[in-house]
Amino acid sequence: MSIRERLSGNEAAATAMKQINPDVVAAFPITPSTEIPQYFSTFVSNGTVDTEFVAVESEHSAMSACIGAEAAGGRAMTATSANGLSFMWEMIYIASSMRLPIVMSLVNRAVSGPLNIHNDHSDAMGVRDAGWIMLFSENNQEAYDNLVMAHRIAEHKDVLLPLMVCQDGFITSHSIENIELIEDDLVKNFVGKYEPEHYLLNSKEPISMGPLDLQAYLFEHKKQQSQAMVNAKQVILDVAKDFEKMTGRSYGLFEEYKLEDAEIAIVCMNSTAGTTKYVVDELRARGIKAGLLKVRVFRPFPAEEIAKALSHVKAVAVLDKADSLNACGGALFSDVTSGMQVNKVMVPTVNYIYGIGGRDTKATDIESVFNDLQEIVKTGDIGNPYRYLGLRG
Amino acid sequence: MCAGCGAPPVARMVMRALKEGDHAVVAGATGCMEVSTFIYPYTAWTDSFIHTAFENASSTLSGVEACYKAMKRQGKLPEDSHTKFIAFGGDGGTYDIGIQALSGAMERGHDMVYVCYDNGAYMNTGIQRSSATPRFADTTTSPAGAVIPGKMQSRKDLAKIMVAHHLPYVAQTACINNFKDLYEKSEKAIYTEGPCFLNVLAPCPRGWGYPTDMLMQINKLAVETCYWPLYEVIDGKYVVNYKPKNKLPIEEFLKPQKRFKHMFKPGNEWMIEEFQKEVDDRWNELLALEEMTNKE
Repeated sequence: MSIRERLSGNEAAATAMKQINPDVVAAFPITPSTEIPQYFSTFVSNGTVDTEFVAVESEHSAMSACIGAEAAGGRAMTATSANGLSFMWEMIYIASSMRLPIVMSLVNRAVSGPLNIHNDHSDAMGVRDAGWIMLFSENNQEAYDNLVMAHRIAEHKDVLLPLMVCQDGFITSHSIENIELIEDDLVKNFVGKYEPEHYLLNSKEPISMGPLDLQAYLFEHKKQQSQAMVNAKQVILDVAKDFEKMTGRSYGLFEEYKLEDAEIAIVCMNSTAGTTKYVVDELRARGIKAGLLKVRVFRPFPAEEIAKALSHVKAVAVLDKADSLNACGGALFSDVTSGMQVNKVMVPTVNYIYGIGGRDTKATDIESVFNDLQEIVKTGDIGNPYRYLGLRG
Repeated sequence: MCAGCGAPPVARMVMRALKEGDHAVVAGATGCMEVSTFIYPYTAWTDSFIHTAFENASSTLSGVEACYKAMKRQGKLPEDSHTKFIAFGGDGGTYDIGIQALSGAMERGHDMVYVCYDNGAYMNTGIQRSSATPRFADTTTSPAGAVIPGKMQSRKDLAKIMVAHHLPYVAQTACINNFKDLYEKSEKAIYTEGPCFLNVLAPCPRGWGYPTDMLMQINKLAVETCYWPLYEVIDGKYVVNYKPKNKLPIEEFLKPQKRFKHMFKPGNEWMIEEFQKEVDDRWNELLALEEMTNKE
C-alpha cells in the first residue's frame, strides 16, 4: 500500500533521496533548493541513511565531490538552483563526459542578473547542451517519482549519463500538496544496487579517469556520449513501464492532455502545465478544442515524437520560461519547431516567453494564449512569432 | 615532462612513501604533471587516478574519500583494503584558483594529503605569474619592463594559511639530500589521520631559466639561502628541520635564474637588497614561531 502524505516539493525530493540512500550527498545552500540538503542532513544526523554528507564550501565543489564519489564507485546526489548550477557549470560538462550517473535535484530559479530568487527555467536552459538527462516535473508527485526512476535510467549500461530532475522553485518546491509515497523497501528494490564496472576504490583494478584527450580520440568519445543520449530515450520508457507496474502511475516522454482531438495546443514544462490543464478544461466546457503537450523529458529531446503528436492541430504555442536573448525565440520553441520542420509537420507555431523571475502566470494568461491561437486559426496569420506573456507595458 | 623539471621526483618520492600493499587514489589538478602523465589512452599512474579540472583536486578527492567512508561503513569494500588519498596540484591550482576548494576540504577534515608542487608560476600555460611567484620575477604576465621591473608583489605564504586551518600535519620540503626530508614528510602526511598538507618546491627550468642539469643544485640553493626553509608543523608546533650553519646570500639562488636576470643590472641593487630582507624577515619569523609554539 502506498503512503498518503502531504509534502512540499523539496520534502518530496529529500524523501526520495532518503529512500534511495545514496553513498554520498554533497550540496551547498541556495534558495530555493536549500531545504533539500537541510532535510537530508537531518536524515544523516539521525542515522536514517548510510550516506556521507559533504557540506561543501561551494557548488563547484559540490559537483566536484559528486564526481569524485561516483567515480569512486558509489552513488552521489546533490541539489541546487540558479547561480548554484551556474557555478557548477564547468563540472556539469565534466560529469557527463566522464559518464558518471550522478543524480541532481534542480529546483528551477532565475539565474542572475539582476539577482532574483524566484522561479523561471533560465538555470536549466543554461545546461541544456551539457549531456545531462533532464526530466521536468509538474508537481511534487512527479518530482518524487522522477527521482525514484532516476538511477535506473542514469546507471543503465547503454546510458551512463548524469540526470537532473527539475521542479519549479517555490511554486512546487515550497507548496505542500498531497502525495503518494512508495514504501521504503519497494523503492530500494526498484532502484537496486549500484554495481559499476570500473571504479577508483577497486584496489584490485586501479584505473585512471579524466585524461587529457586530444585530437585523436575526443571526437569519438563525444559521439559515444551523444549515442548514450539517444539510447536514453528507450531506457526512460522502459523504466517508466516498470514504475507503472509498481505504482500505477504512468509516465512517457511527454504528457498529452486532451491533445488527441485538439485544434489548438500549448507546449510547456513544469508547474505551468497544471494551470494549463485547468484552462483546457474550462475551454473544453465551452466547446473549444484546446489541448496541452507537457514535456517531461527535455534531454534527450523527443523531437520526432512531439512533432507527430502536434501534427493534427491547427495552431501551437510553445511557452518558454527562459528567454534565450537570441532574437529568434526560446530554447523549447527552437527544439519543438526544428523537430516539426525536420519531420515535415507544418503547423503555425508561436513562442511566448513567460513567467520570468517568478512573474505569476495566471489562468487568464494561459487563456489569452489560447485566444491568440484561435485568432491565428481563424486568420491564418501568425503575426510576430516571438511574443511575451504577462509582460507589463 | 621537461628535462630538469622538479615535479617528477616529487611525485615519485611521495608515492614511494605509500606502504606496500596499500592502495591510493590520487587526484591531479590540471597542470604539467597531469597532462604529461595521463594522455588517453595511456597512463603513467599505477594507483587509481582521477583528474577533473584545474581548481578542484581537493574537492574531487573529498568526494572519493567520503565515498570510501560510506562504502566501508556499509561493508561494500573488502575489510582488509586500505586506501589512502593523495592530491597533487601546482601552485596555480593550489595557491590561486584552487584555494577555496583546498580550504574547504581541509576544514572538513577529509583524511587526505594535498601535495602542492610549487614552481612559482603558471608554467603549463607558459609562465604566468601566480600568487606563489616571488617578488621581482620576470614572467609573461609580470614582465620585467622599462617601468615595472617584474612582479611587484611578494609570495603568498600558503603553508601558514594551511597551519591556520589547525591541521594535524603541515610541512614544507624540497628534493634535497637524497630525498630524505621529502620521503619522511610524505610518509608522515600519508599516515597521519586527517587532512595534511605538503608544500614542495618544484623548480621549472623553462620558467626559472636555469640549465636543466642544475635541478638538484637549485633545490639546494633555495634551502641553503633560506628562501625555501624546510619545516613541519605538527599539531600546531613548528619544527624547523634544517638551519644552515652558513646561510648563503640570496644572490646565490637568484643568479643562475634568468627570471631574476634584470635584478643584477647596475642600479637595481635595491631589488636584491629588498629580496634579501624579505627572505631574512620570513626566516626570522619562522624561527620565532618555532620558539613560541614549543614553549612549555
